[in-house]
Amino acid sequence: MTAPAPLSHAARRHLLGIQGLSPQDITALLDLAEAEVAVSRQTEKKKSVLKGRTQINLFFESSTRTQASFELAGKRLGADVMNMSVASSSVKKGETLIDTAMTLNAMQPDILVVRHHSAGAVALLAQKVACSVVNAGDGAHEHPTQALLDALTIRRHKGRIARLVVAICGDVLHSRVARSNIILLNALGAEVRVVAPSTLLPSGIEQMGVTVFRRMDEGLKGADVVMMLRLQRERMEGAFIPSVREYFRYFGLDAAKLAHAKPDALVMHPGPMNRGVEIASEIADGPMSVIEEQVEMGVAVRMAVIETLLDMAGDDR
Amino acid sequence: MIAAANRPLVIEKARIVDPSRGLDAVGTIVIEDGRIIASGPDALNQGRPEGADVIDGTGLAALPGLVDARVFIGEPGGEHRETIASASDAAAAGGVTSILTMPDTNPVVDDVAIAEFVMRAARDTACVNVFPAAALTKGLLGKEMTEIGLLAAAGVKAFTEGRKTLSDPALIRRIMTYARDFDAVVMHETHDAALAGRGVMNEGLFASWLGLPGIPAEAEIIPLERDLRLAALTRCRYHAAKISLGESASVVAAAKRKGLAVTAGVSVNHLSLNENDIGEYRTYLRLSPPLRREEDRQAMVAALADGTIDIIVSSHDPQDTDDKRRPFAEAESGAIGLETLLPAALRLYHVGDLPLLRIVETMTAAPAKLLGLDRGTLQPGAPADIALVDLDRPFVFTKDEIRSRSKNSAFENARFAGQVLRTLVAGRTVFLADD
Repeated sequence: MTAPAPLSHAARRHLLGIQGLSPQDITALLDLAEAEVAVSRQTEKKKSVLKGRTQINLFFESSTRTQASFELAGKRLGADVMNMSVASSSVKKGETLIDTAMTLNAMQPDILVVRHHSAGAVALLAQKVACSVVNAGDGAHEHPTQALLDALTIRRHKGRIARLVVAICGDVLHSRVARSNIILLNALGAEVRVVAPSTLLPSGIEQMGVTVFRRMDEGLKGADVVMMLRLQRERMEGAFIPSVREYFRYFGLDAAKLAHAKPDALVMHPGPMNRGVEIASEIADGPMSVIEEQVEMGVAVRMAVIETLLDMAGDDR
Repeated sequence: MIAAANRPLVIEKARIVDPSRGLDAVGTIVIEDGRIIASGPDALNQGRPEGADVIDGTGLAALPGLVDARVFIGEPGGEHRETIASASDAAAAGGVTSILTMPDTNPVVDDVAIAEFVMRAARDTACVNVFPAAALTKGLLGKEMTEIGLLAAAGVKAFTEGRKTLSDPALIRRIMTYARDFDAVVMHETHDAALAGRGVMNEGLFASWLGLPGIPAEAEIIPLERDLRLAALTRCRYHAAKISLGESASVVAAAKRKGLAVTAGVSVNHLSLNENDIGEYRTYLRLSPPLRREEDRQAMVAALADGTIDIIVSSHDPQDTDDKRRPFAEAESGAIGLETLLPAALRLYHVGDLPLLRIVETMTAAPAKLLGLDRGTLQPGAPADIALVDLDRPFVFTKDEIRSRSKNSAFENARFAGQVLRTLVAGRTVFLADD
């Protein structure tokens, strides 16, 4: 796999993507997140390491769960957290992005968590502000904390990532989750597969470090992890699939298809799910599903990321 | 403004590079009344004219002033981006002495009055020669053809939809058929907007990693093949304005082998850069057509060498910084290029890809021939449009030096060898480098 080198970034100050992180960086974040899980399970859930620090969640694209997860993560670390939702309709494209960045920068936050509908937008914003920036999803580019929480979930169940067979299924074309996961899982030595109709695969996918399948039964055969992607119906500007009915028939995860995976396989989904579209309810709620646990791991991973970035920023001062 | 100098002017001991007659030799250029009266190793056989001003050209190359056949300007309607005057200053600094301006202004250059406005504004404010191109269809709406005959008679040198591509093949056919009667050149950028969809860069692995929607090669090739078939049907003079793919060069070469009156151009961006240069979402490198794979860049260089591609253009396209400082997919496409056309093209000479005469030809004699101009040459009788260049002088192109009103250069902070030291238009110095 040769992901382009220019994507590397100032990994020590920002988390803009999984690209640019070393396997050691990733493992260190997962290890710290493991400790944060314990914190979140205590009755007293609040640490004071970020007392007096300010975290702003800036979401140009609406998201209930990711924003809540980051908010909780910041608060459990003791930071003051402010949420700013900028409705896409009122956004005058990037002009406002830069303007917003400058405005927020003047408020002296310590960390900005940013989601934007356009690939590269978070990196652009990061160039304009003095604080640390976490990418909470930029277009179809990356969603690094999702990949980290997925890895943490897998590791807690399987004890490792290396040599596991992970099948990522569905709308890879529009999925930042898929890109971040492909990079992370490869970095930690997993065997990564993607399963999708060709209309939902990006150009050059064969060179992205994955094996490509167009049939679920083949792609899931012997898989340790089945990672479903949300069918981004809101991004389907054209006819990528003929109908939801046909999509579910061929690519929706049901018991018959899942039977091809290993008996102890994990079923994952980044949420929010389209039940009956990419995943059957009985599977989503079934014994192999770790979807709820992913949500819990999300808070822990985000705590680890925020704490690490602010530690490093502190070191630089 | 382009009044002829009163006194004769002599450029001595310069390396005269004149592809119009295959000349590359040290010699002298003698200029009187704005025209070249002698040039070459033996130009002083008649003796130096009395009272002549002398420019010592030792160590410098004297090239015909460049003819840039694809320049977007903001005037009229977008003067905040570029005026005819500011574009002409940028051109002069780049050794470009003639520019063909694109018609997609506001209002559109689609009738004689607007074309005359451009020519008049140029006469009053520009220090280089400005030749307007006119639209193929009224208002660039793709419905009714413009008055090709009247516009050509008024001085319009070519017809093009600018950034746009016509999609109605019946209309293209009729325009080509009609244009042929006037021997008019139809210049067309071929981009199938429907096939490109929301694409913003070359489709492929790199775009996929960046999470950006891609533009497939076929979006350029399919309309190009259609046009070439219609050019064969109508026998009109057809110019593929800006090709960027090895496959496009192949179909142009095939059309040329059939004896069609077909020519092709490439932007200097597509000769010097590839998609990897976009790096981490550099919006100044969002171009149309998009920067392609390195294989395609090399194919463009090869096609230039073998004559499939006839001309290099800057495709100078000034855009507001505000329209460029956006997430990649939301940024305007286009880059300025008048000041970097020559130095960027000279890279091909310095790395040994192309001989100097051929590179210079593609920016002088070849575009002059395409547009029917008596320029792009240093032969006696021609207007004294000349660029004096230190071919080896290194420099870094910084934002502070940009003369264009817009600063969206694809070559910001690029290192070049080959600096323009003086530019003459009709014998008059319109640019002189500092120091």
